[in-house]
Amino acid sequence: MSTDEGNGLHVGRRMRRKEDPPLIQGRGKFIDDIDVAGVLHAAFVRSPEAHARITSIDTSAALARPGIHAVYTGADLDLEAGLPLAWVPPGVEVSAPVHWPLAKDEVKHVGDPVAVVIGIDAYAVVDAAEDVIVDYDPLPAVVDPEAALAGGALVHDSLGSNKVHEWSLGGDVESALAASEVVIERRFVNHRTAGAAIEPRGVIADYRAGELTVWSSTQVPHFLKLFLALQLGMTEDRVRVVAPDVGGGFGSKLQIYGEEILLAWASRRLSRPVKWIETRSENMATAHHGRDQIAYVKLGADRDGTLNALHVKIIADFGAYMMLLTPLIPSLGAFVMPGCYRWKAVRTDITGVMTNKMATDAIRGAGRPEATHYIEVTIDQLAAELGLDRLEIRRKNFIPKEDFPAETAVGMVYDSGDYHGTLDKLLSHFDPEAERGTTPDGKLRGVGFSTWTEICGLAPSRATGPGGLGIQAGLMESAMVRVHLTGSISVYTGTSPHGQGLETAFAQIVADRLGCDPEQIDVMHGDTSQGPWGLDTYGSRSLAVGGEAIARATAKVAEKVRAIVAHKLEAAADDIELRDGKFSVKGSPDKGLTLAEVAGMAYIPEDNLPEGMEPGLEELSFYDPENFVFPFGAHAAVVEVDPETGKVDVVRYLAVDDCGPAINPNLIDGQIHGGIVHAIGQALFERISYDENGQLETGSFVSYALPSAAELPSFETDRTETPSPVNSLGVKGVGEAGTIAASAAVTNAVIDALRPLGIDFINMPLTSMRVWEAIQEKGGAPA
Amino acid sequence: MIPPEFDYVAPQSLDAALAALREGGEDAKLLAGGHSLIPLMKLRLAAPTLLVDLRRVPGLSGIRQDGGTYRIGAMTRHHAVATEPGLGLAAKAAATIADQQVRNRGTLGGTLAHGDPASDLPAVLVALEGAVVARGEGGERRIAAGDLFQDYLTTALQEGEIITEVELPSADGWGAGYAKFNRRAEDWAMVAVCAAVRKAPDGSCEDVRVALTNMAGVPLRAGGVEQALRGGALDAPAIAAAAAQAAEGTDPPEDLNASADYKRHLARVLCRRALEEAAAAA
Repeated sequence: MSTDEGNGLHVGRRMRRKEDPPLIQGRGKFIDDIDVAGVLHAAFVRSPEAHARITSIDTSAALARPGIHAVYTGADLDLEAGLPLAWVPPGVEVSAPVHWPLAKDEVKHVGDPVAVVIGIDAYAVVDAAEDVIVDYDPLPAVVDPEAALAGGALVHDSLGSNKVHEWSLGGDVESALAASEVVIERRFVNHRTAGAAIEPRGVIADYRAGELTVWSSTQVPHFLKLFLALQLGMTEDRVRVVAPDVGGGFGSKLQIYGEEILLAWASRRLSRPVKWIETRSENMATAHHGRDQIAYVKLGADRDGTLNALHVKIIADFGAYMMLLTPLIPSLGAFVMPGCYRWKAVRTDITGVMTNKMATDAIRGAGRPEATHYIEVTIDQLAAELGLDRLEIRRKNFIPKEDFPAETAVGMVYDSGDYHGTLDKLLSHFDPEAERGTTPDGKLRGVGFSTWTEICGLAPSRATGPGGLGIQAGLMESAMVRVHLTGSISVYTGTSPHGQGLETAFAQIVADRLGCDPEQIDVMHGDTSQGPWGLDTYGSRSLAVGGEAIARATAKVAEKVRAIVAHKLEAAADDIELRDGKFSVKGSPDKGLTLAEVAGMAYIPEDNLPEGMEPGLEELSFYDPENFVFPFGAHAAVVEVDPETGKVDVVRYLAVDDCGPAINPNLIDGQIHGGIVHAIGQALFERISYDENGQLETGSFVSYALPSAAELPSFETDRTETPSPVNSLGVKGVGEAGTIAASAAVTNAVIDALRPLGIDFINMPLTSMRVWEAIQEKGGAPA
Repeated sequence: MIPPEFDYVAPQSLDAALAALREGGEDAKLLAGGHSLIPLMKLRLAAPTLLVDLRRVPGLSGIRQDGGTYRIGAMTRHHAVATEPGLGLAAKAAATIADQQVRNRGTLGGTLAHGDPASDLPAVLVALEGAVVARGEGGERRIAAGDLFQDYLTTALQEGEIITEVELPSADGWGAGYAKFNRRAEDWAMVAVCAAVRKAPDGSCEDVRVALTNMAGVPLRAGGVEQALRGGALDAPAIAAAAAQAAEGTDPPEDLNASADYKRHLARVLCRRALEEAAAAA
């Protein structure tokens, strides 16, 4: 029975990424590399106002310019419905504003599209867009979410309130808080960030002869296909969506954008293909943002460090519209608000608020980085309050590994865990006490930890589907494995990799199970006309759900192969094993058949196949997981703070993560490294900022500061491998892990460094000025 | 990011470039390395109708020593300045400009003509009392650093003038210090301070030059700091006392990441650090 388990020849190996050679040679095919004959180009006219009534739009000058085919405004739209909100939970009143791809009557944030100009080339339309004259009657801009809740101006008059959403998870916490010997209260600001994919968005839509093809730089081609069909009143069989090479998503391309719908609509109307490539300026203003929460955290504990109760009240700034998953995002944090710990009670109360800013939605981690930040920073605050060791408090309250699967205080069942194991391993790599203190040149060194878990592997349909949480999709995943006549293999996955390296990981899984070289295996994805319906890539789901589907489809192929080989070698199927690249009878390895030989028999059946077996060698699997998966880990940051300037340098960063047995350690390292950078970015550098009038102040990569290699140390990573019982691979997600873990470690390290100056709490982003001002408030740095 | 329509010429002589500039009128712009102008055009913050590219004009690149003066062609790339040790402070500052790609393309003349107060080299020119040589229709003239920078992105260059050469005094005998503060290595300076110090045989301060980057619309010479040190001791207390005056009289522009108070504080800290570095090297 060797095949189901895999023979381990390729799985676990640091195989180089199959997808990289074309990408690093400049031979990738991104959206702007795609030529469609007769294509027209589109440029958007966007609101410079945060909130205003549109009093008139004069398109005549733009239309009069040479090469301009059309200028459309909101009044021209005749779509079936506004842009989708996929989260419609049963029993929760969703107070969502109508959201059109082009604003009708009012604009609600800077960048809100008002008109689209379509013409013969990309230059002509940008010039013509400047000639569209829009008159605005400015309305008061609602920017601060707490002020928005307090009353005053409304973002959407039709909703009657800026408070548009309330949702809670967890039972009574008041009694456990009241019974606690100490209660820590902190107010956190988890500020707004951008996905900042290096490739901005882009769309080509081509409607011809009743069929629509849309190429989009998206994470979710299948979702897009579904919503294009719904919004344009088409049947799904007539809609094809292709995600070509996608230059990063980070959640910002987990969206159904108005531009995608609008281009398809315009192509149908003009009977011409239409192309739009987003500029960086547009991307900063109109690709959805993430985070943007204010959280009031109350943690109750006893003086011996026993954790009792955690109550987190989140004010979530949704921005001006509810997009695909906007109100769900803070809930993803609520699911793991207990963190790695046993509590008597944990409760999260979420209030969603409209403001005149771009909508927020999933950005890498989506709710879970915020939750981890609140938990892990507050636990350090507790340790300081009680004078206890911050790691001892963690150890004392960790859910012990023998308790797994473990039901938490909010009713989730964590699938697997060994939190002591990752922390112990982390501490085997460095001595925290030796890292602390003051450097010879006067820098203050601090060490911070984050012991984290998260919920991923989205998702069991019973939990997230229409009858569960209310995402209007069952988040199962599909796979099809096709062995060609000569033994090469095409694997079709419903996931939509966009940089993760999944083509390599998936090929490794298949190769071990069919005794072939991963290079013989092509992993096909991102084209809805190929392979079965899929649910795309986000939420650290692609391996744990998509990879398992592939393993299952491959197992079906292997079973058929064994049956054919058994027939041919006159043995029992159970006695066929995969050895040295051949399927052979146990004990007689020299008489085996290769996959290519078996494939030949399968397609030229003659008398090669057992009685009643259909020819061909191709299998399909749809996999709906039983549970989520809950990866975990222990991270540590070592920082140096210059007390004179307030500048923070991360000088060491160590991470021990557990995402189950490694399929490819290189890919895990890559995901962890990128994830950590993303969170260090939030902790120290990145912030989307609007001024009090709702003007975007961080509209470029000059003002929105992504950290580069020059700002970061070389990360030190290690793993433990605790298999998940949820899937046969034992794997858990890893794409968001680093991002979920790291902001708390960095913040705790900075606070650790600053404690000698009397600073015991500080909110992100820990920019030099913010740190310097905090130091000034405490009387300045010692001379 | 698509700029408005413009014409482009790449003349092969300085006279042809001057003629093209004249014909292009007030909306003609010179293109050197393009690392400031092209992004401004793409953002449609600048919309020249004609670009006169200087890259084919002979004789505008290279560094040569002429007695106690370095003569540096205006089209000399930042990388060449950064890797010429004889340039001392200028080399040190040029090495911190943005990233390697920008240093390989950006030019000394271009950055001075652009006059961005957050750029590294304008303050160096001011500190070292260098000058630029400009050619116009009326002939050639020399503009001293102190006269070149007039306001934010505004220089004394007349319409139709081209910087051909930059003069910097030799760094022989001077110690250089450059303290730049930015969020990321690739960023413009939030504040930077450049300092050059010459020691007398007894170790005291024979002469000193200090200038500030991004503390006003133009680079500022820190005359008070210089005066406090010149002719006196160069030890740590003297430097600290002098540097404490670095921000006097300044009214720096604020931005999202730096208030005026914070920038003044940084100027004092960086001034001390630059002077310490310069004194140690002198």
